[in-house]
Amino acid sequence: MKKLLILSGKGGTGKTTVAAAFIDFLNAEAFADCDVDAPNLHLVAGMNTLPERWDYFGSQKAFIDPPKCVGCGACLDNCRFDAIVLRDGICEVDEYACEGCGVCEYVCPQSAVTMSDDVAGEQMLYKDSRVFSTAKLKMGRGNSGKLVTGVKKALISAAPDSELAVIDGSPGVGCPVIASVSGVNLVLIVAEPSLSGIHDMERILKTAVILMAKVAVCVNKYDVCMERWRTSKDIAEKRACPL
Amino acid sequence: MKIVIPVDEKKPESSVCVSFGRAPYFMLHDTEGKTTEYIANTAAEAQGGAGLKAAQLIVDCGANVLLAPRCGQNAADVLNAAQIKIHKAEGLRTAENLAAFQEGKLTLMTQFQAGFHGRQ
Amino acid sequence: MKLAVLSGKGGTGKTFVSVNLAAAAGSATYIDCDVEEPNGRLFLKPERLTSKTVTTKQPAFDAEKCTGCRKCVDFCRFNALVYVKAKPMLFSEVCHSCGGCRLLCPSGAISETEKPVGVVECGESGGVRVVTGCMDLGEASGIPIIKAALAEASNADELTVIDCPPGSACSVMESVQSADYCLLVAESTAFGLHNFKMVYELVRLLHKPCGVVINKADGEYIALDIFCREHGIPVLCCIPYSEKLAWLGASGQIAALADSKYAKLFHSLLDDIRKEACV
Repeated sequence: MKKLLILSGKGGTGKTTVAAAFIDFLNAEAFADCDVDAPNLHLVAGMNTLPERWDYFGSQKAFIDPPKCVGCGACLDNCRFDAIVLRDGICEVDEYACEGCGVCEYVCPQSAVTMSDDVAGEQMLYKDSRVFSTAKLKMGRGNSGKLVTGVKKALISAAPDSELAVIDGSPGVGCPVIASVSGVNLVLIVAEPSLSGIHDMERILKTAVILMAKVAVCVNKYDVCMERWRTSKDIAEKRACPL
Repeated sequence: MKIVIPVDEKKPESSVCVSFGRAPYFMLHDTEGKTTEYIANTAAEAQGGAGLKAAQLIVDCGANVLLAPRCGQNAADVLNAAQIKIHKAEGLRTAENLAAFQEGKLTLMTQFQAGFHGRQ
Repeated sequence: MKLAVLSGKGGTGKTFVSVNLAAAAGSATYIDCDVEEPNGRLFLKPERLTSKTVTTKQPAFDAEKCTGCRKCVDFCRFNALVYVKAKPMLFSEVCHSCGGCRLLCPSGAISETEKPVGVVECGESGGVRVVTGCMDLGEASGIPIIKAALAEASNADELTVIDCPPGSACSVMESVQSADYCLLVAESTAFGLHNFKMVYELVRLLHKPCGVVINKADGEYIALDIFCREHGIPVLCCIPYSEKLAWLGASGQIAALADSKYAKLFHSLLDDIRKEACV
């Protein structure tokens, strides 16, 4: 299966629009949305069936058992993430701030804290004549390559005979982007000719090159600013990326 | 000599796994005793630092060599510190890679991908 | 008043609205909390820059005291510690600075050092104090830099505009915590509405009063307007799509300073926000 990944660096340049267009033109039988923080592709994918859904477990989070807690505050004093509050004499964990380090569990003299599995999101797999794999991370959860890897794996297992898969990626240059790049045949960077757009395009280009990916660039809304359109051409040329 | 290969399944016919940090199992082959065992890769489910945890497993099982298609920089740093050599696997068949390595045909891996927090 | 500007979807115009509101106010503090890709300073072009390094704590090992018990390695949930050739090795990019290893080392072999993770840069642009949080490339979390940037907010009645990161992850939550009012910038498209709902949920979770600015409006897609009406979310302003605005932004200019039509629009928006926030 050959995989085409669409990235951008900056948000709002048109990744999902380009991905959806390619899926249509190529009659792609397999595609995925790896922007697990804010997935959009399902809105235009036109799938007619209900997806298979399953929970995604991220890092464990701390849970304080109220009857065991005596409100000594040892957990609060040692939490580096301001994730514990004392309320009505009992300590409580803020699930959004908790990073799952386990220090509170270690310091609690009452053994009132346990690290428990936390549902950090949901994976979805649609199958009709085509296969579409996507996921949604729960609010405030740490975005990681693990869920992105899960989305790609689900796609590959469900469509092993597909020749080509189109993957809609996420903005930024962090872990989810890096995880999405692994194993793809071509990365297409959708850039926009604005000051911010160029700045972010350079960062994602650098990242993709370091990951030894084959890269091409496409400039969307190119006529908004001709001067910056020319700048983006120069940048692509300098890195020997087809535009 | 103990050789480790990341694999997809716990059997001799298993294909080599393209991922190192998140491979489901590691095959550990001892060339002297001619034994083969399989270690479950507990790092596969890690939220982060999977390559590091997998590298620790490899260090702890006493391996001398790793044969893999790819490997991250962090894991490579650990294996280098432990003086475990990393060779680039060719193709996806474990038996062929073992044979090729012992015939000196597999090159040392020189390019590693940046981890989650890849610095530029 | 501390005003947080957020959007959910990237590219809707958070920085555009934040920068223009700060410029229109004349005298304000602008804080860029999008520490992975801070862009506000590209428009405000602050001068007289000062810079403070933001650090987090990292473990350091005393080889003589270390007994090789590996309790630190086994405890670390981020896999930042590895034990090789009889000593622990730290992989600092993966370390979350929780301090756990130092707490549990039975031989007191672990102390802490400061590791730089980013900078907070302060400068002046006309009457606007520009605070930019910038995370070093490759760091685990932008939150320490966001916290440091927000610490520069003025205590006075003066306006502080907080330009938030996109999405609804933990860095957005951190940026919004201290806000008195949240301005949600949305675009009137199917994608825009979908992501708008996510950030609206976040704002409600944090019990923040909010209002909406619809950017790049062309009057065609009305589902967003309907959603706002049904949920009683005030739509404070509708900025029509304009090629001129797009060009101004693309070339790094501030619309409220370049064109009197936009100066008026942003002044008026600021008044409406103040009324809504009862400030």
